[in-house]
Amino acid sequence: MLTVIVVLPLVAAVVLAGVPVPEGVARWSWLAVTAADLALVVGMWVAYDAPAAGALAYEEKVPWIPGVDSSYHVGVDGLSLPLVALTSVVFVACAIYALHGQDRPRAQAALFLFLQFTCLGLFVAADLLVFFVFFDLSIVAMYFVIAGWGHGETAARSALQFFLYTFLGSLALLLGFIGLYLLAEPHTFDMVVLANQAPAATAGVRGGLVLAAVLLGLAVKTPTVPFHTWLPPAHTDAPAVGSAVLAGVLLKMGTYGFVRIAMPMFPSAWRAWAWVVLAVGLISVLYGALVALAQTDIKRMIAYTSVNHMGYVVLAVGAAGLVSGSDDKARQVAVTGAVTQMVSHGLITAALFLLAGVLQDRAGTYQMGSYGGLAGPAPRFAGMFAVGAFASLGLPAFSGFIAEFQVFTGSIAATAWAAPALLGILVTAALFLRAIQQLLTGPTRGSSEGFADLRRTEATAVGSLLMLSLLVGVVPRPLLAVIEPAASVVVDAVQR
Amino acid sequence: MAGMNEDPLALLPEIFLLVGALSTLLAGSFLPRRRQWVARLVAAAALVAASVAAAVPLGDAPRTVWDGTFTVDTSTGVARLVAFLACLLVIGLGGDELAGDRRESETYTLLLLGTSGATVLAGASDLLVLLVGFFLASIPLYGIVGLARTPRAAEAAMKTYLLGALLGITLMLGVTLLYGLAGETSYAALSARLGDAPVSASLVGVTAVVGGLMFKAGAVPGHFWVPDAAQGAGGAAAAFLTSVPKVGALVALFRLVEMLPASVDARPLIGVLAVASMTLGNLAAFGQDDPRRLLGWSTVSQVGYLLVPVAVAGRTDLALPALLLYLAAYAVTNLTAFAVTSSLPAHRDLASYRGLAGARPWLAGGLVVALLGLVGTPPTVVFAGKVTVIAAAWDGGSAWLAVAVVVNTVVSLFYYLRWVAPAFARGEPVERTSPVAFVPRPWAGAVAVVTAVASLLLGLAAGPVWDLVAPVVGGG
Repeated sequence: MLTVIVVLPLVAAVVLAGVPVPEGVARWSWLAVTAADLALVVGMWVAYDAPAAGALAYEEKVPWIPGVDSSYHVGVDGLSLPLVALTSVVFVACAIYALHGQDRPRAQAALFLFLQFTCLGLFVAADLLVFFVFFDLSIVAMYFVIAGWGHGETAARSALQFFLYTFLGSLALLLGFIGLYLLAEPHTFDMVVLANQAPAATAGVRGGLVLAAVLLGLAVKTPTVPFHTWLPPAHTDAPAVGSAVLAGVLLKMGTYGFVRIAMPMFPSAWRAWAWVVLAVGLISVLYGALVALAQTDIKRMIAYTSVNHMGYVVLAVGAAGLVSGSDDKARQVAVTGAVTQMVSHGLITAALFLLAGVLQDRAGTYQMGSYGGLAGPAPRFAGMFAVGAFASLGLPAFSGFIAEFQVFTGSIAATAWAAPALLGILVTAALFLRAIQQLLTGPTRGSSEGFADLRRTEATAVGSLLMLSLLVGVVPRPLLAVIEPAASVVVDAVQR
Repeated sequence: MAGMNEDPLALLPEIFLLVGALSTLLAGSFLPRRRQWVARLVAAAALVAASVAAAVPLGDAPRTVWDGTFTVDTSTGVARLVAFLACLLVIGLGGDELAGDRRESETYTLLLLGTSGATVLAGASDLLVLLVGFFLASIPLYGIVGLARTPRAAEAAMKTYLLGALLGITLMLGVTLLYGLAGETSYAALSARLGDAPVSASLVGVTAVVGGLMFKAGAVPGHFWVPDAAQGAGGAAAAFLTSVPKVGALVALFRLVEMLPASVDARPLIGVLAVASMTLGNLAAFGQDDPRRLLGWSTVSQVGYLLVPVAVAGRTDLALPALLLYLAAYAVTNLTAFAVTSSLPAHRDLASYRGLAGARPWLAGGLVVALLGLVGTPPTVVFAGKVTVIAAAWDGGSAWLAVAVVVNTVVSLFYYLRWVAPAFARGEPVERTSPVAFVPRPWAGAVAVVTAVASLLLGLAAGPVWDLVAPVVGGG
C-alpha cells in the first residue's frame, strides 16, 4: 500500500518523460495521478491504527544492501502520516494551479511527479540510507525545477546556490548517519532499531559529534539562522509551484528529521544540546520576522516568514529536550504543536506562494510598492490573499493558531526563555497587515491596473489549501489524535 | 619445489585475452581494411570468454597458484570482471571512432594486452609477478595513448612514457630493495620477514613500490599523464586508460598494504596520497573547459576516494568490499561520461553542450546520471560505493579521511554542475535544441545510455552486488 503511494508518481513521471503525449494530456494526467495518490493517502488515513510505541503502521521491509544492514524499510506513524497527507495535498494544488501553464508542461509534470515521489519516500522511510537517498534526490529535482522553470536573470545562479548549500547539508547528514551506523551494535541503518536502541547515548563525545553532524544537515534544510541564506534567492527565482513545494514540503524534511531522527536516536545528547536548539529556534523566530518586515519584495517576505515559522518548530523541539523543570504533558504539547505547525505552515505558505506567483504572472514583479488597490480589479485575489495572510499570522480558527498555541504553551511551560518568541507573532502580524495595505487597499494604481483576477484553476488550488487550514483550525481533533500518541513516544524517548 | 600448484586453468581468463590479442593481430594483418570488424568480433569474443572464465570461480574459496605468486580470490575475480567488461564497453564505445581506422586491429590487440596486464597486477602476490603485470599493463598503454596521431596525443604519449619509465624504475628499485631485505619476493615471505628487517630501509622499498603503482592508478604523485592523455588520446583510448589500469593498480595496492607487517605500515602514506589526489584533482578540474580534460582531473580525484579503503586495509571488514564496490561503480560511471564525450567528439568545450537536453534528451540524461553519479548522488551505484568507503574509513579509525571525502565531494559538485548547467540551460535558440544540433555517434551514444542505466540499476541492486564482493576474507 505504502509502496504504491510512493511509487505511483514515479511511474507516472517515467511514462510522461518517455511518451511524447500532447501538452493537455500531460497536464491533466499530472492532476489525475496526484489526485489518485491523494485518494490512496486518504484511504490509508481512514484505515490508520496508531501503532505501538517504537513501531510503524503499513510497514514494509525488503533487504537492499544486507551487507551493511540497510533495507527498503517504510512505514508511517503519527509523525509521518500528517506530512505524507500534506505532501499529497500540496502536489494536487500545484497540479491544479499549473493546469494553465504553458512552459513545457510535459517535462514539468514529469519533474514534479518525480519530486513528489522523493518527498513521499522521505516521509515514509524507516531506514537512514533510504531516507538519505530521497533527501538527496529531492535536492536534485528541486535544482532542475529552479534552473529549468525559474524566472529572472539569476535563476541559474540561485539554483546552483540552492544545490550546493543543501547538498553540503545533506553530506553532513550522511556523515552523521554513517556515524550512527557505526555506533550501533550490531551496525545497522534501520531507523526503528536505532530509535529503540539509541546507540549514541553511551558514546559520550562521539555521540555528541554525530548529533552535531546530523543537526547541521537538518538545520541547513529547515533552514534555521544562520544557515538560511540560500532560501530567499531560491524562492525569488523559483516558479510559483516550485516555491509552493519548496516551502510547503521540502522545508519540512529538516524539521521532520528533528523529531524522527535527532530526538529519539540521541536522547542524552539532545538533552545536553536542548538549550542550543532552543536558542537557535528563538533567534530564527525573531530574526526571520524582523528581516521579513524589512522586505519590499513579497516573495522574499514570505520566504523570511518561513524562517520565522520553522523557528517555532525548532523552538518547540528544543523545549522538549529540557527534561528537568517541566512535566511530560507540557513537552508532549510542544512536540504536538511542532508537528501541527509543519502541516499548517505547509498549507498556508504553499497558498501564499501560489498567490505571489499570480502577481508575477500578471504584472511581472513581486515589488509590493508597484501595486495598490488590488481589491478593486481582483476581488478574488484580494480575498484569498487576506485570508492567507491572517492564517499565516496565527489568527484563531486557522491551523496556524492551533499549532502556535501548542508550541507556546508547551515551550513556555518548559522555560520562560521561550516567551520572547511571542514577539515574532507581533512582527508577522504587522508585516502581513502592511502587505495587505500596500497590495490591496487604496486607489488602484501601478501594476494593479488591468490586473486579471484569479482563474478558476488558481482559485481552486489556493482555496482548497486555505479551506484545509480552516478545517484544521476549526476541527483540529482528527489531526491531533493522530499526532499526539507519536509525540508522546518521542517525548518518552528523549527522557531515556 | 613440491606442490607448486601449477594450475594453468587459474589463469584461463588471461590466457583467453592473450590468445584473443594474438588472433586479433593476425586477423587484422590479413583482413582488408573494410572488414576489420572481424577483428573487433574476435576481440569481443575473447573478452566475453574471459569474463565467463572469471565469473565461474567467483564463489570458490581463495587459493594461490604457481607457488603462491598469483592469488585467485574474490578480489581477483571482481577485478577481472570489472576490467574485462570495461574493456568490452570501451570497444563498444569506440565502434564508430575505430571502425575502418588504419590501426583498428592493433588497437584491439593493445587493449586486450593492457587489460590482461591490469588483471595480472590485481592477482599478483609476488613482487616479480607485480613487476610483470606493471609492464604488461604499461607498455600497451603508451601505444594506446599515441594512436590518435595528433600533436596532442604525441605529447601525451611522450609524457605517459617518461613518467611510466621513471616510476617503473622506482618500482623495480623498490622490488630489488625489498628482495634484498627479505631474501624472497613472495608476499607470504615478505609478510613474515620484513618485520625483522631494518624499518627505514623497508619503508623506502615499500614507498618505491607504491610510487610505481600510483602511476598505474593515476594518483598523486603519478598523475601528471592522466589529464593530458585523457585530453589528447581518442575517445575509446581515454575511456580505457582512465578505467581499466586503475582496477589492477588499486587491487594490487590493497594486497600489498594488507600484507605488510605492522612495523612497516604503509597506511598513513596511502591516506596522505588519497587526500592529496582527491584535493588536487578537484581543484585542478575547476578551471577546465575541455570536458575530456575535466574528466581527466576528475578521475584523479576519484582515485583519491578509491585509495581511502586501501588506507584502512585490514583495519575493518568493510575495506575490501568497499574498494571493490567503488571500483565497479567508478568504472561504469566513468565510462558513461567518456562515452558521452566520445559520442560528440567535436564538442570540446563545456559551452558547446548548450541545449543538449532539448536536442538529445537521452544523451543528456546519460550525462546527468554520469556526472551526478561521480558526485555520489543516490541512487547511482557510486552512492553505495561512497557510503561504504566513508563507513570503512570511519570504522577503520581514520575519520579524518571520511571528512576529507565529504568535503571533496562538495567541492567536486562545482565543476560537474558547470557541465550539467549548459546542457540543461533554458531559452536556447531553436538551432541549438533541434536534434540536428547534436548528432551523436551511434555506438558511443548507445554505450552512454546503456552504462547510465546500468549505473542506476546496479545502485538499486547494491545488495546483490555487495554480496558478490563481500565474502572475501577467510577460507583457504
